[in-house]
Amino acid sequence: MPVTVTGGQRCWQRRDRAAQLRIWLVWLVGTALFMAAWSFISAQTIWMFVWDSPAQAYDLASRMVNPRWDYFERILWPLWDTINIATLGTLLGVIIAIPIAFLAAHNTTPSRALIRPLALLIIVSSRSINSLIWALLLVLIMGPGILAGIIAIALRSIGFIGKLLYEAIEEVSNEPVEAIEATGASRMQVLSYGIWPQVLPTVAGISVYRWDINIREATVLGLVGAGGIGIQLQASINNLAWNQVTVIFLAILATVFVSEWISARVRHALI
Amino acid sequence: MLTIEQLTKRYSTGDLALDSVDLQVTKGQVIALIGPSGAGKSTLIRCVNRLVEPTHGRIWLNNEQITGLRSRSLRRMRCRIGMIFQEYALVERLTVMENVLSGRLGYIGFWRSFFRRFPETDIERAFDLLERVGIEDMVDKRADALSGGQRQRVGIARALIQNPEILLIDEPTASLDPKTSRQIMQLIVDLCRESGLAAIINIHDVQLAMMFVERVIGLRQGRVVYDGSPAQLNAARLTEIYGEADWTGTAREEQDEQRDLPTSAEVIVPLIELPETGVGRQRVVGS
Repeated sequence: MPVTVTGGQRCWQRRDRAAQLRIWLVWLVGTALFMAAWSFISAQTIWMFVWDSPAQAYDLASRMVNPRWDYFERILWPLWDTINIATLGTLLGVIIAIPIAFLAAHNTTPSRALIRPLALLIIVSSRSINSLIWALLLVLIMGPGILAGIIAIALRSIGFIGKLLYEAIEEVSNEPVEAIEATGASRMQVLSYGIWPQVLPTVAGISVYRWDINIREATVLGLVGAGGIGIQLQASINNLAWNQVTVIFLAILATVFVSEWISARVRHALI
Repeated sequence: MLTIEQLTKRYSTGDLALDSVDLQVTKGQVIALIGPSGAGKSTLIRCVNRLVEPTHGRIWLNNEQITGLRSRSLRRMRCRIGMIFQEYALVERLTVMENVLSGRLGYIGFWRSFFRRFPETDIERAFDLLERVGIEDMVDKRADALSGGQRQRVGIARALIQNPEILLIDEPTASLDPKTSRQIMQLIVDLCRESGLAAIINIHDVQLAMMFVERVIGLRQGRVVYDGSPAQLNAARLTEIYGEADWTGTAREEQDEQRDLPTSAEVIVPLIELPETGVGRQRVVGS
């Protein structure tokens, strides 16, 4: 009990003795676990390589400092592909995620026993697989190219957008929904008049946020053959053309910078 | 017109909100439903349009049974029952016009409503109603740009455009200042009289209720403990409804009974919020 009375004097403490003891115990176990894990990792590490790493990093950096600027025009087209993969993939993801979110939110799902778990399963499985792995699978199934990249991005985005959106749907204010129901509106009309206007800003915000993430993810999809600038990146690394790698990095940096700026502006406009 | 028989509602938490309530509302009758918080006022009116599912009992509107109706016929029934809410319950991001027209959703199909293609007659009626409730300038404003009084007027227009046979009104003034409260109550009562509409008004403010209605129902712990005219609502009866308190100034004194209801002109003229009057300012200075 946080309040104790000793000799008529009331004394307040944040926690009682037992709670305090439990907290100390948690800290003790946590610290011990950390030390054990650290010693295990240390034993597995080849420290010679680690001590060598600053020299290696310096060596690599020195090969990258003189960028091959004329390479830039060769990556413009792949860069455009990358942006398109991200944008079309996001669009496709949003279109699929919206109905799934409505099926998953417990206040809009047609059946809590059957359809809701199914929608949640789709969301979880989409979220649990990274878009690079989706791309790897899709390249195997449908061959290399931009289309595989677009679908990989879309498949990963469905879970992300679906999850955030169904949480937003579950948090809408119930009063307007009740009012629309009271007018004799059908279920679909209640969705489109009572709930959709309430979640619209969230839909736009999440989509732009995901697009921003997808631009970054699309830059690596080429590593597994799913189109975009990643193909050039891999080729340059394989050829040890580090001055080209620098140009690619700078191009990616600039693109991400611009996409970040755009998404910040859009989100700002929505609030 | 509206008949409620042995209406009982027990929530899944075990709380008995309504305990065998019998009630009859005749055509054009405006009723105030008073009682302490948790007496079951909201539950009662929500049972009428089945936003809350009654546990037991039956409800009829003009000889048609509401209880037991299923999806489509329930929706058709809801078209005939207008509802006005305490926090206005407007869709904030939609315009005033869209909010008013949403009262017609029960009459048109999904795709027409989705593309906002409402029948010409509905739109004309919406304009007329907005003019009647005094906010015709606000048609294109978004609902979240309006003041409390203006929002409640939108709520009233949305309920009326349904062409309802009865209005269910849940604490229409609880979120409004005293002056706006009186204007809104006057507006509701006038509109009901104009079209012979019956109404059940849940209301906390007993004095306000007594100013405007012809019949008061007192609810306590889910039971009707008073049903009569506001004139007979004396201190003893208020105590029966709410429990012991000092009721001087609330209960009607004998000599007060003859006083007329305020006329429309007294209350309704300043439909839109007026700038501060000299009188008001003087009072602030004086105090």
